Parts: sequence; structure tokens; C-alpha cells
Amino acid sequence: MKQPAAVLGTGQTHHKAKRPDVSMAGLCREAIDRAMADAQVGWDDIDAVVVGKAPDFFEGVMMPELFLADALGAVGKPLLRVHTAGSVGGSTAIVAASLVQAGVHDRVLAVAWEKQSESNAMWALSIPIPFNMPVNAGAGGYFAPHVRSYIRRSGAPEHIGAIVAAKDRRNGAINPYAHLRQPDITVESVQASQMLWDPIRYDETCPSSDGACAVVIGSAEAARSVQRPGWIHATAMRSEPTTYAGRDQVNPRAGRDAAAALWKQAGITDPLSEIDAAEIYVPFSWFEPMWLETLGFVPEGQGWKLTESGATALGGELPINASGGVLSSNPIGASGMLRFAEAAMQVMDRAGDHQVDGARKALGHAYGGGSQFFAMWVVGSEQPE
Amino acid sequence: MTVVEPLTAPIELSFDYTRSLGSTLGRFMTGLAGRTITGARCSDGRVYVPPVEYDPQTGAAVAEFVAVADVGSVLSWTWAGQPMPGQPLDHPFAWALIKLDGADTAMLHALDVDSPDAVTTGMRVRARWVTEPVGHIRDIACFEPDSVPAAEWPPGGDVEPVTMVTTPVALQVQHSASIQETRYLIGLEQGKLIGQRCPVCRKVYIPPRGACPVDGVPTEEEVELPDRGIVTTFCIVNVPFYGQKIKPPYVCAYILLDGADIAFLHLILDCPAEDVRMGMRVQAVWRPREEWEPALQNITHFRPTDEADADYDSFKEHL
Amino acid sequence: MRDVAVVGFAQSRQRRRTDGTTNGVEMLVPIFADVMAGLGIDKGDIGFWCSGSSDYLAGRAFSFISAIDAIGPVPPINESHVEADAAWALYEAWIKLQTGEVDTALVYGFGKSSAGDLRRALALQLDPYTLAPLWPDSVAIAGLQARLGIDSGAWSERAMAEVAVRSRRDAETNPYAQLTGSKDVDELLAEPYLADPLRKHDCAPITDGAAVIVLAAEDRARDFVEHPAWITGIAHAVDSAHLGARDLQASASTVAAARAAGIDGVEVAELHTPFTHQELLLRSELGFSDAVRITPSGGALAGNPMFAAGLVRIGEAAAHILSGSAGRTLAHATSGPALQQNLVCVMEGRDR
Repeated sequence: MKQPAAVLGTGQTHHKAKRPDVSMAGLCREAIDRAMADAQVGWDDIDAVVVGKAPDFFEGVMMPELFLADALGAVGKPLLRVHTAGSVGGSTAIVAASLVQAGVHDRVLAVAWEKQSESNAMWALSIPIPFNMPVNAGAGGYFAPHVRSYIRRSGAPEHIGAIVAAKDRRNGAINPYAHLRQPDITVESVQASQMLWDPIRYDETCPSSDGACAVVIGSAEAARSVQRPGWIHATAMRSEPTTYAGRDQVNPRAGRDAAAALWKQAGITDPLSEIDAAEIYVPFSWFEPMWLETLGFVPEGQGWKLTESGATALGGELPINASGGVLSSNPIGASGMLRFAEAAMQVMDRAGDHQVDGARKALGHAYGGGSQFFAMWVVGSEQPE
Repeated sequence: MTVVEPLTAPIELSFDYTRSLGSTLGRFMTGLAGRTITGARCSDGRVYVPPVEYDPQTGAAVAEFVAVADVGSVLSWTWAGQPMPGQPLDHPFAWALIKLDGADTAMLHALDVDSPDAVTTGMRVRARWVTEPVGHIRDIACFEPDSVPAAEWPPGGDVEPVTMVTTPVALQVQHSASIQETRYLIGLEQGKLIGQRCPVCRKVYIPPRGACPVDGVPTEEEVELPDRGIVTTFCIVNVPFYGQKIKPPYVCAYILLDGADIAFLHLILDCPAEDVRMGMRVQAVWRPREEWEPALQNITHFRPTDEADADYDSFKEHL
Repeated sequence: MRDVAVVGFAQSRQRRRTDGTTNGVEMLVPIFADVMAGLGIDKGDIGFWCSGSSDYLAGRAFSFISAIDAIGPVPPINESHVEADAAWALYEAWIKLQTGEVDTALVYGFGKSSAGDLRRALALQLDPYTLAPLWPDSVAIAGLQARLGIDSGAWSERAMAEVAVRSRRDAETNPYAQLTGSKDVDELLAEPYLADPLRKHDCAPITDGAAVIVLAAEDRARDFVEHPAWITGIAHAVDSAHLGARDLQASASTVAAARAAGIDGVEVAELHTPFTHQELLLRSELGFSDAVRITPSGGALAGNPMFAAGLVRIGEAAAHILSGSAGRTLAHATSGPALQQNLVCVMEGRDR
């Protein structure tokens, strides 16, 4: 039955709007080489490679893992390509973990990447589909109405989003790999930034980045040679349609179901007190309080109060996105794996300046599509019983 | 119901991709700009052309580069009797795997010969360079038999390092609407809003989908809906972006038509953006009848009516 | 390892052109209903879902998102997707079953190749710096591979035509096949070349289609059917992308997958070979004796629904076990240019 699995090492690129200095292979290898060094493994140690990426139109290559097979060290090995929209980085890590949990492999390399500067994400995501009226709203226009619904439903004050944005960007400033680094940002400066998709302001939106993330996941046997591996305590994935009659688009059931399954598997009954750090997929600031509720950290309608209290800042009760999160770096296909890797780094005590002191259990979370695909894991410093 | 053929129309997938090269491919492309072909020598002693970025044996970045000849031998070939868009030649030609002198691997390119009878495995061929190479694989226009006299090029001067190539990708895919969506589109052409009711959950979808997303069954029962409804939620678009058609600020809103069970996105105009409210009653504004086509764009936007706002409780299940 | 079996399989009729959407819903709804009715289950009985499809085939990003409407995934489902033939989705599902988290899984693949220009689109699988800008189409790549074997004497145009003849005759008894026929080898060899050395009969047709397989573990599998097709070995591997550096007359990844899966004693082998010479190549690489029945469904040469055709091979190979007509069968799936990536799945029946 299920074998224990642990994160042996993680690696990521320096994320930037454009990485004109590297090819697609070079971008992936920058993350992979760091992850393999962190895990202290060589190519012969890797049994299989799992690749995650969002739509192939971003780079204009159909199933790019095929042409990358050599650079990814996959030749002669199993190579699997996962694509679950924005949650793909998380799903990819989960698939890699399951290869170990199934008892099939000892060490699996997972890599997720996006080189958005090869094209234009707005073009790739808004190719006109015949007979479909263009939404005329742009990237944030899809999510902004749901943020408005959240505000209406919860009665959250207007400055909550700005609190999240200022916090995540300041966190990004102490993460050497982050794309946006804004140590001087304040709630007031966020609130003074342009209103793009009312109620979402410019400083409350994620950037568009080139970047990659890699993790090496291993069996208990493989983990023995690693000092303080990040043990995988639970994983969960759930999907639902983009829209359906009566769908809760603010607090989607797929997210709630995934979280419930996750906490149960991890043996967690009170996530707020038991989780020490969380990396949550927050591309627009308001999704922090929204996902706090979906994830069950607080009852519905209370997420903004936790954010407002400062509990989600570094040093707070539940630091969220100590890495700076998606608001600081957003290489789409890799963004989910970055959340999973950063959660692992916390419990492995390898997060450097953005380390949460004494983190023993952490959450990694990703979502995609129209808030309909969810992938999550809980990692811990101790091997689960 | 009358039988309808699904509506179809092409999707154009065209973009000029900008590919940054990194050091190894950059060296190869820079070489091409100077009409030289560069390979990488790997730890097995073999010279790979085009260069691999990482050593197949060790996985390390390749470090040793060698120039190879622009003449070589055909290892294999196939005939392209009807060249396709984007291919190197617009008249019939051969594709060939060509091992250049000095290389241990073959590169794939076009070979310009008159007929399949003029190509044999093992034949000697030479790169035909374009007049003005820029640092792109297409600086080699194609290969030609080495019996053709070689072009004379002036000695190349220093070439600026090439760090990026642009590669246009253009494909066309024929999009088809589902039968359900087609009926809805035909309705729009007649100024009607036609949704469909799921036979299982009885919910009314507009636009109708190929299958009810809750029950996974196709819908058939048509329901004509009024062109009035409410705003459930919305955002005010203040930002210019790629492909935008309307000058900001304007309101994008989820509209729930009376009798429908699902909202769709549309525009709210004819009132100041800041006056739009959740629950506001709205009505469609149609284009002139002679402009109607099978598209939701027949409704240019929705405008407020003078009816009282809907109660939050009446639509909170639709958020 | 946990005992996991194929217990259900359904496929759409393979057609040159269908009028549905590229998100597959019209092809998927009836085959989901078929496979579930056959097992007496509904969507709530499925523990994990996994699909294979391609955005480039559909011409739109996230095409798999609309496909899940065909499931009706409310309440939400435990689901994943591979951008590859659904045979690899089946592998991911098999892994999920091996973790013990779930006892059942449904795997599906779909593709509407008729919507685009498949030969050109597949050029985008090639190296985007040095190859794709030349747009070598999929038939050209296959032609280069075929010529190598002809020149070396590994196979011949006549042997390739014999594969086509057998495939089309076998397809006569496959109600889902797109191409059937009874032309003999000499008639086929009299046809003109499509891409010398390939003739039309050497190349798989363009096909719209979808397929679905249900997997179940241990007692769940025994509850569903009398003869579950137990997966005794499943493995896959990838070869180098450098066409000019790789031995195109061999298939190292197929050999590695077969070794890992354990192929001794198979009676039937469903090989996923979109080109006739690729069957000859694989038969040689796998070392099959003449006693092994090769691709009795007619295979991809009789109907090649992209992103489902590999899964169809697994379904067809499983069907022999499910019906009790064979004891041990093999399925092979391929992906990428010139057989770059290959999967082997071996199944067997067992007495209860």
C-alpha cells in the first residue's frame, strides 16, 4: 500500500518578466540543477521525470517535454506530462509523489515551468473563439466580479486586499528568487495604485514571469541520506466545471472538498493551530482571505479578519506566502509547484531569510481554470506515522 | 425540433514566437549568421550538429564547440511532392537527414532536387545559404547536390552575437459549435434568447452546453428567455489591455436573465459605471435588426431599467 | 504491487470527420454511458479520473476543461489530465490505484484531428529552434525513418504493404474501424507514393475519436466482471529528441518498457503503429514469434484517433481477456515523432 514519500530537495529559477539569457531547456535546468544539488542526487539517481506546464500555446511548442527529454535527463526513463491549467505545478508534484507512494520509484524529479516571454500570455489566453463573445474584461476581469461577491458576502472592508498585497510584496523582497521586489510598499501605496478591475488595484495583481521550479521526491529509503527531508503528509486534488447552475464561485466546493480530504489524510483537525506556514495560490490579493475560508482555516466570512489581524504576516500565527507568493512571481505553469516547494522549504528549514521559525507542518496550495481545479499538499518535518 | 448543422468557423493561431537561445544555441545561430555550422563535442567524443545543450552522457552543459563543414552525405530521405506552408521550398523537394563532414550526427533539412530520381542515400550535398543570413536555422535555405557549383560569398566579418530567434507559428483549426449552442446562435440571429433545460436537474442553461455540466447529459428542451434580467456581480474595467475593443472605464457584469439558472458575462453601458449595483435590473440593447448574425454580439450591451433592484437573497445562490 | 485490472472499455466509432466540438463532449457522453452501463455503475463509483488530450489539436487553451462537462463532475471529482495520449493517463491512474487511495479509476482520451491540419501541427513537437521552423510534417519524419530500414534491409516496401493488407482485413471485423479493405499487396504497391518511400496505405488515416477505460483494484475488479484483465506489468520510457543522433531503426524505450513490463508468453499484441514500418520495427525489437497475433483490431492504420489511439490499444488488448478469448495480451502506445515515447502494458486473465 501507500509508501512514505518526502521532498529531498527543491530548486527554482530567478523569476523575471523575461529571461532572455536562457533557452527553455536552460530555464528548466536552472531549477533542476538547484533541486538536484539540494537533494544531493545525480542523474543516475533519478528514476523518472514528471513535467508540468500550462497551455502549450504560451511557448508555441506542442508537448514541449518531448523536445526537452534530453535536457531534462529523461532519456531512457519514464517521462510524464501533466496539464491541469493553473493548478498544474501542484498536480505535477502530486503525481511525482504518487510514483514514490505507489512503490514504483525511489527518486522522481518533478519540474514545472513557463517561459511566458516566448509569446504573450494575453494573446494565448484570448485567442478569439468563433461564436463566443469576447469577455472584454482582460486577465483580472474574470476574477474581479467574484472578489466583489466575496466583499458583499463577507462585509470585508476595502483595505484587506491592500494588506495582502503589501505583505506579499514585502515578503518577496527577502526572497532572492522573487520577480517583484518591493521592500518599501505599504498598504497606503497599494491603495493609491491605479484601480484596474474595480475592486482590484494594480498593486493587487500578479506579474507575468519566466521561471521554473523543480523538486526531487524520494522514498523513505532515499530520504535517509538527506538531512531533514520534507515528509509528504497528505495530497489532494479536486475538479469541478467552470460554471454550473448554483455553483459557488467565491468559495468553490472543489476547493472545500479538496481541503477536507487533505486535512483528514494529514490527521489535522484544527488547521489554524496545526499548520505553521502556508503557501497559497493568490494571484489577486483578495484570494488570500477567500482561500483561508475555502481551506477551512476560519469559518466562512471570517477570512478577512485573520488577514486584517496580521496573523498571516511573517511572525504571525499563520504566515501565508512568506516567499512573496504568486503576487511576487508568476511563471504560470510553475507557480503551483513554487507553492508546494516553498512549503517544503519551510519544514526543511531551508527557506533562508523568509524562514518561518520552527515550521514543522506546512501547506502548499494551487488552483487553476475558473477556480475549479485544486491541488494541495501538507508537508512536515517528521515522518508521518 | 428542426435538424440543424453545427455552425463552424476557423480559429487562427498565429504568433511570432520570440525564442531566447542561451549560450549553446546562441553560438549555433551566431555561427549561421556568419555562414558557419557549429557542433558540440560531447564526452563520448561525438560531435552533435545541431549542438545539444547538455551532454547526453553526463547531463552537464556542453562546453566544447567545433565548426563542421557545410557539405555532407545523405543518410536518409523522403519526398515532399506537395510542399506545405512554411516549409523551406515551395516546389517539390526531398527532406533529408544529412551528416555533415566533421559531425557524428545528422541534421534534418530540405534538399533541392528536381525529382526523387535525383536523390540517393549517400549522395553528397552542400548547404545553400541565403543572401543575408541573420542567425536562424533558415539561413540555410536548403541543401543542394554538391555537383551544383558552390556560391561564392565574401569572407564574413565579425558577426554580432545572436541571442534570440523569431519563429512564426501559424495554424488554423476549424471550430464547431455544439448542436445546442448552434440552436442558441440561430435564435440570436432571429433576436431570440434560447436556452436549454437539463432533463435531469431541470436547470436552464444559456448559452446551452453540449452536456449539462452537473449531470453529464445532453440537453434538448428549448426555453426562450426574455432579454431582461439582473446583474449578479460585476467589475469596472479601468485598464487598457491586449485586444480591448471598448474605451475604459466600462462595466463587465454577470447577467442572470429572468428564468435562467446561470449568468453570463456582458457589458453594462448607458449609465455611469459607479451607478452599477449588484441586483440591478437590466435590459438588452440590440443592434439594428439588419446587422443580426448568429452571435451574442447582436446585443451590444445591457442597460439599466427603471425597475427596483432585486433582493440580494434572491440571487445570492448565483454568486 | 496491488492487483489492478481493466474492467471496462468503450470507444467511439472512428471517423474521418465528426461534426462535434473539439472538446470531445459529443464523443465522450455516449461512451461514458456505455462503459458505466456495462458495469452497472455511475460517476459516484469512480475514485479517480484521468484524461489525455491536446490543446494544439483543439486549437484552444484548456480544451480539457470543457470536456469534463461530459462527466457532470458535481459533486467535484478527484481528477487529473496529461497532455499526451490517454495511455499515459491510464498509467497515472494505475499509479493512483497503487497508492491505495482509490479502488476505481476512469481514464479517457479524445481528439478531433479533422479540425486542423494534423501533419503540420505535429511539426510543432519538434525542436523549436532548429527543426520546427522548417515545418517537417509527421509523414516526412516517418518517411525518413522508413527509408533507413529499407536501405538497411530491415524491412521492405512489400513487407510494409503486407502489414497494411493485414490491418485492413482485420479491421473488417472491427465495428469501430475507419478503414477496411481487401486489396492485396500487389495492388497496394501499384499505388503512387504519398511521400516516397511511403504510400497512403503506409500511413494511419486522420481520425476523430475517443475512448474510455475503467480500472479497478482487487475485489472491486472481481465484483465487476468475470474475467478482469489484470495488469501484470506496465512501464514506459522516452528516447532522445535528436532525430539525427538517435537510432531510428530501433526503439530503445519500447525495449526498456517491455523488459520492465515482462512480455513473455503474450498471445496477442496490440501495437500502436501509425506507420506500417513501425509495426515491423517494433515486432523485431520485441522479438515476437509468429505465434503472437499482432494487432487484430486493425490498429492505428485502420483508425488513429489522436490522444486516444494508445488507450484504444490497451482496451482492445484487454477485451481479449475480458471475453475470455486470450489468457495474456500486450498493448503498446506511442507518442512523439518517430516513436519517441513508448508504453507497454501487459494483461492477463486468472482463474477465480
